[in-house]
Amino acid sequence: MISEIAVQCRGVQKEFGNGAGKVLALRGVDLDVHYGAMTLLVGPSGCGKTTLLSVIAGLLNTTAGEVKVLGEQIERLPGRQQILFRRKNLGFVFQQYNLLPALTAAENGAVPLLAAGVPRREAVKEAERLLTTLGMGNRLNALPKKLSGGEQQRVALTRALIHKPRLLVCDEPTAALDADTGHAVMELLAAEAVRPERAVIVVTHDSRIFSFADSIARMDDGRILSVAPEPLAQGNHDFVPHERVREEVFA
Amino acid sequence: MNFVALKMLTGDRAKYLGLIFTIAFCTFLLENQTSIFAGILKRTGSQIRDVTDAEIWVMDAKTEYFEQTKALKDTDLTRVRGVDGVQWAVKLYKGSPVARTLDGKFAVSFCLGLDDATLTGAPRKMLLGSWERLREPDAVVIDKAGYALLFPDEPLQLDRTLEVNDHRATIVGISDASAPFVSWPVMHTRYSQAVNFVGRERTQLSYVLVRPQPGVDVTELCRRIEAQTGLRARTSEQFQWDCVVYYLKHTGIPVNFGITIAIALIVGVVVAGQTFYIFTIENLKQFGALKAIGVTNWRITGMIVLQALTVGVFGFSVGSGLCALFFAITLNNPATRGLVLIWQNMMGVGVAILLVVILASLLSVRRVLVLEPAEVFRG
Repeated sequence: MISEIAVQCRGVQKEFGNGAGKVLALRGVDLDVHYGAMTLLVGPSGCGKTTLLSVIAGLLNTTAGEVKVLGEQIERLPGRQQILFRRKNLGFVFQQYNLLPALTAAENGAVPLLAAGVPRREAVKEAERLLTTLGMGNRLNALPKKLSGGEQQRVALTRALIHKPRLLVCDEPTAALDADTGHAVMELLAAEAVRPERAVIVVTHDSRIFSFADSIARMDDGRILSVAPEPLAQGNHDFVPHERVREEVFA
Repeated sequence: MNFVALKMLTGDRAKYLGLIFTIAFCTFLLENQTSIFAGILKRTGSQIRDVTDAEIWVMDAKTEYFEQTKALKDTDLTRVRGVDGVQWAVKLYKGSPVARTLDGKFAVSFCLGLDDATLTGAPRKMLLGSWERLREPDAVVIDKAGYALLFPDEPLQLDRTLEVNDHRATIVGISDASAPFVSWPVMHTRYSQAVNFVGRERTQLSYVLVRPQPGVDVTELCRRIEAQTGLRARTSEQFQWDCVVYYLKHTGIPVNFGITIAIALIVGVVVAGQTFYIFTIENLKQFGALKAIGVTNWRITGMIVLQALTVGVFGFSVGSGLCALFFAITLNNPATRGLVLIWQNMMGVGVAILLVVILASLLSVRRVLVLEPAEVFRG
């Protein structure tokens, strides 16, 4: 039975440095991220979006507060289990794609399965199937340097989804893309990534993609200023309030 | 993930080949210099090694190496023969006369005078002629390299004449004697002939060659000879090592070779280590992404070590191949004959290269292990 709330943050604080150089990046963040929805974290540069994303993804530990990811307090897990939890349950899409330049599109897409010990042939075959679904069927053996930005991001999306994660975290997935390509990538993300059993968090300051959100959390100065709209009703995973989000955010 | 590691390594073709070249160069230099060094030192005992009939060399008590001889008294031969456990003992003369060809070309040579009756110590590996002909008047056997030195660019030919200290010498055989430390011709002749070549002194006997009786311990017999005669007695192997040690102590050879070997090692460590380190650092972002995705530190360490071992093995193989080719090419050159790639050196260099690549990979791994996976979100 999947819980309604995929990620729950309560009073999350994160400090960097110490003494005079101490920086408080998160100042008591409360946030719920729901299954079956795409949640956008928006706000100006340096407001703490990426730090919050890193904390949720288990890449950074909190200074105070509590983070529950898929029902687990991820930072309380021992080091190796934390990594295995991340490998099994999380998918990542990075701003700069971070593809391995020596690997083909299909091989890049297969990396999470390879890391999980799936035999190479099987993993690459699965990546080819998913890449074909994402419209990359004719670019399976291309190296990243031969791919456009949009194509690279689709490979990154394949890598993020291939192991069927329950939480997908995306850091500025459209920042390095032009408007049309960015829009196409977000359409793919909305169509292929958002599933009832999966939550998607996207950090962005690209207002052109707000329309894809089911929920938008506005951040500034390490705090959540507002969440629009109100969290989804329990069990109502089919509810996709794009219009309501647009109205509330742009209001 | 081994597949990913190897593709990451070979994907950057220029750096991959650069790493292999660096390690191959380092391997070549180390194997080449250590093998030449060992080969040259081994040459100091060539004339001892070539005498296969006797197992013990008896000499003046103060003799330290082969070239350094002080003549023994003829009665010393009899005294050695009287030691219990000696099967037989014969005399050996070593001198350095000048050998001159009829057209005036000359060279200082090693002249070994063998016991007239038994010809003990005669070269067994003959290229032309036969050592038994040493019994003929004025007969000498000369080594191939010495022949080439005295008769350059001329085919090997018997019965040619040399003048040695105003005496006629006839070449009755050409041997494949081991190369001496210095590139002098090696001539074998009878004892009585050799002392004539050099000029008579009051005492002439350089060495007494001894064969122990069957079942007698060689080292123990050496001790017995020393105790009873006051002379120095060494087994063939001990005497060869004495020569090596003498040259190590009293010449600049170890310093010169040592510097070259040390530089090769330092250059190899620094360049290979630095190149590999830079290679890993340039992939830091990719490793960060892998860490974020859930690849463990152990797995990443394994990937980096695999990359290092791969370039290490390929570089070592290429370097060893080139070194073997070098020695194959120079094997028949008179000046470098006998110098070969010594397998023990190759193994030693292999271990050194292994340590270099492991050290380089550990330095690189350190950077990856301390990398926060959250860094990948910072662009």
